[in-house]
Amino acid sequence: MRRVLLVVIAACAAAAVSRAETILIRNATVLTITKGAIENGSVLIENGKIAAIGKKVSAPADATIVDASGKYLMPGIIDCHSHTAIEGGVNEGTLSDSSMVNIKDVINPNDINIYRSLAGGLTISNVLHGSANAIGGQTIVVKLRWGKSAQEMIMEGAKPGIKFALGENPKRAGEPSQNFFSQGAAPERRYPGTRMGVEEVIRESFAEAKNYQAEWKDYNDRVAKGEHPIPPRKDLRLEPLVEVMEGQRYVHAHCYRSDEILMLIRVADEMGFKIRTFQHVLEGYKVAREIKEHGAGASTFSDWWSYKIEAFDATPYNAAIMAKKGVVVSLNSDSDELQRHLNLEAAKTMRYGGMTPTEALAMVTINPAKQLGIDDKVGSIEVGKSADLALFDQDPLSNYSKCLRVWIDGHQYFDRDKDLETRPKFNEEKKQLLQKENAPATGQRTGRPVANAPGASEEAYR
Amino acid sequence: MRSILGFLGFALMPVALWAAGDNSVLVRNVDVHPVTGADIRNGAVLVIDGKIVEVGAHVAPHGGVKVVDGHGLQLYPGLINAATNVGLSEVESLRDTIDLDEIGTFNPELRAEVAFNPSSEHVEVTRASGITTVITLPGSGGRGRSATASVITGQGALMHLEGWTWEEMAIKPSAVMDMLFPEIQSGGGRGGFAAFLNQGATRSYAEEERQYKQKLAQISQFFDEARRYEIAKAAGAPEFKRDVRLEAMIPVIDGKQSLFVRAERERMIKDAIEFADKEKVKIIIADPRELGSTGSLLKEHNIPVVLGKTFQLPMRDDDPYDAPYTLPNDFYKAGVKFCFGTFDTEFARNVPFEAAQAAAFGLPKEAALRGLTINSAQILGADNEIGSIEKGKVGDFILTDGDPLEAKTNIKQMFIGGREVPLESRHTREFEKWMKRP
Repeated sequence: MRRVLLVVIAACAAAAVSRAETILIRNATVLTITKGAIENGSVLIENGKIAAIGKKVSAPADATIVDASGKYLMPGIIDCHSHTAIEGGVNEGTLSDSSMVNIKDVINPNDINIYRSLAGGLTISNVLHGSANAIGGQTIVVKLRWGKSAQEMIMEGAKPGIKFALGENPKRAGEPSQNFFSQGAAPERRYPGTRMGVEEVIRESFAEAKNYQAEWKDYNDRVAKGEHPIPPRKDLRLEPLVEVMEGQRYVHAHCYRSDEILMLIRVADEMGFKIRTFQHVLEGYKVAREIKEHGAGASTFSDWWSYKIEAFDATPYNAAIMAKKGVVVSLNSDSDELQRHLNLEAAKTMRYGGMTPTEALAMVTINPAKQLGIDDKVGSIEVGKSADLALFDQDPLSNYSKCLRVWIDGHQYFDRDKDLETRPKFNEEKKQLLQKENAPATGQRTGRPVANAPGASEEAYR
Repeated sequence: MRSILGFLGFALMPVALWAAGDNSVLVRNVDVHPVTGADIRNGAVLVIDGKIVEVGAHVAPHGGVKVVDGHGLQLYPGLINAATNVGLSEVESLRDTIDLDEIGTFNPELRAEVAFNPSSEHVEVTRASGITTVITLPGSGGRGRSATASVITGQGALMHLEGWTWEEMAIKPSAVMDMLFPEIQSGGGRGGFAAFLNQGATRSYAEEERQYKQKLAQISQFFDEARRYEIAKAAGAPEFKRDVRLEAMIPVIDGKQSLFVRAERERMIKDAIEFADKEKVKIIIADPRELGSTGSLLKEHNIPVVLGKTFQLPMRDDDPYDAPYTLPNDFYKAGVKFCFGTFDTEFARNVPFEAAQAAAFGLPKEAALRGLTINSAQILGADNEIGSIEKGKVGDFILTDGDPLEAKTNIKQMFIGGREVPLESRHTREFEKWMKRP
């Protein structure tokens, strides 16, 4: 039953995806983010890219015209920290270094939260493992191409990453009283159980990776000299760490306290790699200078706090403080629900620290794009960038706004009018399907129990 | 920076003349939004000894009363969050800092206010968003967290977010009786996902239904016991002995204290109404996730509703993506009286945004604001004291530079009982401290 409904939803929504056509969106307030706002502006989309922007833009005769009078057009929203569309478990928690596992292998393109998030203007997610291990799994950037295959959702040209985690979550498995991924009595404790141990795991793994890197270098050097040595054994755990050291893979490090943020910077200095982003980083405001000097970005929550002791020194001014001190800051969701309205999370930075409207929206568009190394392709409305756009009925920084339409690569993936239009048909279809299944009078067998049902907590992620 | 300047600007404001009692104040040159009446542009509000005595376009200065120039700001009633755990919960993951969900099935004698920590950091943080009053509930509503979940978790208190002690803070102690209505645990019910994954362990529907009916019978029995207790007490029977647990039920069975019934699904709401009819008690439906066909039933029975978070995911995969966003408007259209709560501590301060999101998806803005002010006060039985800017009410209000339901609006000043309350918190102090780090 559940599968049938999903297929129906997917099929109908897929039908709403248009061909890559030439589209002229006109009369909108265009929030370019990088080049100011254009009132009564137009944006021309050709071949999936932004072809022209301005007060007056001429379009070919066959262009589809979208009249956006009174509406606001912004770049598609980008979330630097998501767990959406991960099939099965989010944490491979049995090891303290699980760098061999890869999110790419478990993307579920039918996750309804993809569509729900599109409906909030989200177009790109950085999909990460959970925070059970000091070194977690490999991460991937996806475009929310609802209706496409898992493979087609992976964003072209976006560098993959790896998740690190510091603090309470990775050490929890080593504490005698708590174990959030094992069930049943007396779970086995797993090293590390302290922040010191977390540091050691990372140093140890990189020390191994350095040896491994040297073995391969030696092998390749000898091959180049015409020798025939035996190749080293391929190590799927160390390979991604070598990629990190060689700048081929980004490190996204879950962290809370200032001491552990500083610790990781020093380990990275010692081992010769860079941290691309600190994730959550609720005490980033205390070490903003060091984060900036390292060249890392900070991807934080707008206002989460107090859910655990390492989140008790959190302040919603964190994003503003770090931004004022020169760090590239983004606001992330870490939640299927929150990622549906990241524009409203951005609005909070205006209250908490006095960000300007553009600075606020940059935190969910161009800044996360910079952090993910995709700012040459997305994150702002500029000629030549991908036509990833979200149309809102009013200023997206207003709590009264709502998203109306979303395009990715010039294809329309969400249209609120169409969504509303198809609802009666859905309901009818559902009724018929239920009748066919000869549902019991209680009608309790519809749909899937939801992951956000009270009791199914998200705490393990954050 | 802007807010630092704001704080400084206020501190240096020359217009505040300190004289009479510090709970008397005249605020003028403000746009007054009384909620229960028409807006007054460039008006004034006079508070004497904590109570509002005059509201209007022209209010004469009152001898010795401090005058605050509103500088053209907006004046709204202090906002109300009608469901929180503020004061009873500090750090969610640390049990030592949590005083929720006492052991036992029926705990009507427990009172939230006696454990309300007036020094909780959440008090200052919550009021910084313009919230002057909260209901603090003794239960988390954490359904499915334990198989032996409580039915009656205790009494929720209506608390001002200002005061030296919980006694001073309590506007209406024992405002409501918090109750988790039982549910037939089938399909996607409470703890549904875990149950779904663990299907081998779930019981048959017939078995679930039998247990549910058993639980209902147990509840009825408890109410009967309370009634017999009341009769025995009134009759002054010689063998009568005081029982604090049953005594706490008397206001409920007398219809003087509302049962705050948490019922998420349509069937639970219907069952709760049927239960209230049978037991002849007053109820408030709390944290519903769907309206279903209960609209006319709620309206006919004049049962109000405290809505939970608007920012939620739809309950079912095939629900419309905006189902939680349109839910408040569903209740509005059905003519049901409702207000907003968050049923948590961490995000208690975001209740204005929960209401605004409903307005983005169809709820009239006025109804959203009423759901944070006058409706909340009426539903909680405190509308003679709070919920609007009216003569005779407590001087609870905020001065803002815009609509308080917008995140981009700054809450500039707050008055509780006519007394100015600082808007600093742990959060602003960290901001100021760490901005100074070289």
